This record gives sequence, C-alpha cells and structure tokens, in this order.
Amino acid sequence: MSEASLTAAPATSVHPTPPSNSILRHAVDVVADNPVTGLAFGLFALMALSAVFGPHVVPYDPLASDTSATLQPPSLHHWFGTDLVGRDIFSRVVAATRLDFMIAIASVALVLVVGGLAGIAAGFFGGWTDRIVGRISDTIMAFPLFVLAMGIVAALGNTVTNIVIATAIINFPLYVRIARAEANVRREAGFVQAARLSGNSNARILLTQITPNILPIMMVQVSLTMGYAILNAAGLSFIGLGVKPPTPEWGIMVAEGAANIISGEWWVAVFPGGALMIAVFCFNLLGDGLRDLVDPQRRK
Amino acid sequence: MILRRFVTIVPTLIGVIVVTFLLTRVLPGDPAVYFAGPAATPQSIAEVRKSLGLDRPLPDQFLRYVSDLAHGNFGNSLSTGQPVAAEIASRLPASAELTLSGLFLAIAIAVPLGIFAAVRQGSWIDHLCRVIATAGVSLPVFFTGLLLVYVFYFRLGWSPPPLGRLDAFATAPPDITGFFLIDSLISGNFDTFRAALSQLILPAVTLAIFSLAPITRMTRASMLTAFGSEFIRTARASGLSRRTVILTYAFRNALLPVVTTLGMVFSFLLGANVLVEKVFAWPGIGSYAVEALLQSDFAPVQGFVLTMAVLYVALNLVIDMLYSMIDPRVRVEA
Repeated sequence: MSEASLTAAPATSVHPTPPSNSILRHAVDVVADNPVTGLAFGLFALMALSAVFGPHVVPYDPLASDTSATLQPPSLHHWFGTDLVGRDIFSRVVAATRLDFMIAIASVALVLVVGGLAGIAAGFFGGWTDRIVGRISDTIMAFPLFVLAMGIVAALGNTVTNIVIATAIINFPLYVRIARAEANVRREAGFVQAARLSGNSNARILLTQITPNILPIMMVQVSLTMGYAILNAAGLSFIGLGVKPPTPEWGIMVAEGAANIISGEWWVAVFPGGALMIAVFCFNLLGDGLRDLVDPQRRK
Repeated sequence: MILRRFVTIVPTLIGVIVVTFLLTRVLPGDPAVYFAGPAATPQSIAEVRKSLGLDRPLPDQFLRYVSDLAHGNFGNSLSTGQPVAAEIASRLPASAELTLSGLFLAIAIAVPLGIFAAVRQGSWIDHLCRVIATAGVSLPVFFTGLLLVYVFYFRLGWSPPPLGRLDAFATAPPDITGFFLIDSLISGNFDTFRAALSQLILPAVTLAIFSLAPITRMTRASMLTAFGSEFIRTARASGLSRRTVILTYAFRNALLPVVTTLGMVFSFLLGANVLVEKVFAWPGIGSYAVEALLQSDFAPVQGFVLTMAVLYVALNLVIDMLYSMIDPRVRVEA
C-alpha cells in the first residue's frame, strides 16, 4: 500500500527539466550523500572501460591455450591463474566484460523500446489496447521467469541473439507496468491537453509529450534491471545455452570451473563468478543512486 | 469461495498452455526438425511431422495437444524414448524436496531476522539485514552453490561430494512420498535419513541464501509499517506485554505483505532450482530439462516448462488461500 502511494507521488508532480548545472550539482550531492553510490559509479566506469578496451589491453590472448601451464594458481604471471587448457583467466574475465555487457544492454534496450511503448500506449489509450497488453503481461508472469527464458531459447534456437530476446521478454511485464502507470497519470495532464488543443495527433502526443516525460523514470528501471539481465544471461549460459565455448563469458566460465572446484582449483570459477557478482552489485547500487537522482522528492 | 478462486486461474492456465504450445509451433524453424533431433533425415522428419500431426491446420494441432495433455501425454523423449510425463513425475519429488527445504530454511531465518531488524532499528542486526538484502540479490545462485561446495566439501570436508540425493553406499528409502527425508523416517531407516540430509543441506542452503533477501526486506518493511499504525499504539497503551504486541498484533498484520512476496519468491526459486540442480547434480526435473536442452530434445523441455508453470500457478493459488486464512477481511469481501 505505502509503496504504491510512494511511487505515485512523484508521478503526479511533473517537473520541468532543470538547467543542466543544477542536475550536475544534484548528482554531486547524491554521490557525496552516499559514498557507496560513488563507489558504484567508479566500478561501473572501470567495467565500461574493460568492455571497450579490454580485449586490446589484456596481457594474454583470451583464447590462446598453453598446455605447459594448465591449472596454475594465481601468480605474478597469471594474476587470476590459468584454466584446464592453460588460458589466462584474468585476460578472459576482462575480455568477457564486453559480451556480458552487450547482452545486458541489448536486451534492456529492446525491452525499453517494446515494453515501454506498449505500456505507454496501454496507459494512454486504455480500453482494448490496455486489455491486450495486460493479458500478454499476465501470461508472461504466469511462468517462473527463468524457466520461460529457458523455453524461449530452446524454441528459438541456441544463440546469443535469442538469449537477448528471451531476457527482454521476461522483463516485458515490469516495463509495461511502470510505463503504463506513468502514462495513465499524465493522460489528462495540462500539457497533454494543451498539445491536443493545438491539434496534435495522438501518436504525436505520445512521442513528443508523454514519452520524454516518462523517460527518466524508465532509465532508473533500466539500471535496476541491468543487473538482473546480466544474471539471467549468465544463468542461461551456465546451463549451456547461448554462448558457445571457448568464447569468454562469465557464466560459461563459472560452468567450466565447476568441475575444478571439487578438486580444489577454486580460481577457475571464483574470478569470473566474482566479476559477475560485482557487476550485478554495481548495477543495483547504481540503480538506487539513479533513483535518488531522478526522484523529485530528493531534489533540494 | 475456494471454487471461485479456482475459476480465476482458468484463463491463466489457458494462457500457459497456449504459450507452451506456441513455443514449438509458430516460432521460426520447423518443429518437426526439432522433434526429429539433430541426426534426422528428410524422411524421418516427414514421418515425425505426420505423427505429430504437424501437416494439419494450427487449431487442429492445438486441440490435439490439449487432448494429449488431458490424457497425461507429454510426448516421448527423443534421446531415451521414454514418455516425458512419467520421467517428470518420477523426478518431481526430488525437485520439490529441494525447493521446499530451501524455502522453509529461508523463511525460518528471514522472518525472525526481519522482525528483529524492525524491532531494533539501527542496531547491528538491522545492518546485517540490509547487507543480506543487498548482497542476496547480487549473488548468482550457481556461484553461491559452488563457493559452498568449495568451502564445505573441499576445504572442511563436512559435506559429501555434490553428486545427487544419496551417496553410493546408502540405500534409497521405500518410495512412499518420494521425499527421501520423510520416507526414511517413516521406514525408520536413520542411516539413510542422515545420508539424505547431508546431501540436501548444501543445495537447500544455496536456495535459502538466494531467497533470504526479498523475505527479510519485506518482513522488516511491513513490521515497521505495522509498528507505526494506531492499533499498535492502542495495544501498547493498554499495557499489553511487549511480546504480545510484537507477535500477536504487529506480526499477524505484517504477515500479509510477506505472504504476497512469496509469490515472487517462488518465481525466482523455481528458476534458481534449475541452476542449483545443475551444480549439485540433483536428479530433479530441472537437470532433466537441462540435459534435454543440450541434446535439442524438445519434448522434455516443453513438458518441463508446462509443469513448472502449472506448479507456479498452483502455488500462487495456495498463497491466495493462505492470504484469506490470515486476513479475515479478504474472506468477507470474497
């Protein structure tokens, strides 16, 4: 109950966008207020850098095996040790950042556009549009989400693209719900009526008036679901879906290291698993920080 | 009233069946190729197409699928040739035992933890609660499982190797409920009970860690809401003991949102179950589906998705009923 009224409160007060230096000052405020958010921003920057430059700066070729140095524990030469065929785990963990981020970003972008637009249309038009979109969401929600993702990847075919699509589909109801609620609140807002009176079509109002106003709230959702998207994709590749070995990807690397855990070679699974954990943790913190940033109640 | 609730799940069930049907029929690619497997010849594909009725129009196929389901026929596995329904039925108790133990463990830890965190707001237990709530959602469940295996099997040697429900030396208990813990107790076989328990602990703890976070957070939040309400002030003012106020007044009211969260927890738990079964080589329906997936054996996967979805719908129904048992107001309105 209280949660619903809390999320509805900021929605009713639609603020005009403040000038950019005030946003910047507010961002500094938020980070200073909560050093953990600052840490998350820092970690995110580091991971973004490894995603962009990672494959070019790592000390070893992430795919090159070296049969003379298999299952070496972490050392000065191999910071994170080596795996069963002698590949450098540090290089693989860093190089994997790009693929894991790509999967997460692509699936979240997909669901942001499709789910966001469907939700906005449902909230704005109501009636049949609302009922159809609602029914689709309900049906997706009737499945345990990871299980549905498994089924979708199995049916569509075992590729990375289909992991992206499956992850987007299971996040669809969440985006629809938020976009729908926000659009519904603004349907009769003064600026929408003004736009309508000056002769804009519904489609134009949706795209130029409603969507820009909802975007900040949706962006918070994006960073909150990024962590879940990475976890979901890694889970799918852990059970052998999507990413094919020897491609470096965190989930599949943990799966490869699973057999070594039992015989004590912990580093094969622990470093990629740790990277995955930090990435998810960082996105969750970032989402919380971003929510503080966007939430008008926290603006001074 | 219960009957009316059953009616509300009918459209959901129809939706679930339609989706599992569509998963194989409308999506790109030829379902006959899927069902015939990777080593199929054009001839065998044509044969499969005919035997599955794929040469007929879509509504026909759907009716046939539904009538097969009504007869308990989920198709046959390609790799083993066995009927999928029988295999899932024989593996279901293993998954159920694991999931339920994990859930009960999580509730047993999370609910008291949430209550304490709310009662002593700002204390170390409250901070612990916050750490668990943040860390719990970030931990990949398969990774937690592997870490536990490393520490408790390899390092400390306290738990048996993560290879299924029983080690090779123990004999399986007679099949009464399918739950090894209960069956071994019924038959008075305490060695088997101990063996089964020692295999179960690590995977159950893994699942419990995973579901701790939402339950703890929800318990804490709804206890705080309850503490802030007027009936608690009245109860306190009338001099009731602290214990009565917390457990009888606040907790009973705080339970409602917690029970609602359980629905979401189950969605995550049933998915996480698949990953945990893979880590611990647990012979449940999750590992059955994973094995089938890797061999492009689609009938078991389809049966698995359907079973999980029906289970999830049923669990939500149970949660609804729990809800009306706890909250008398729901009963009156319905």
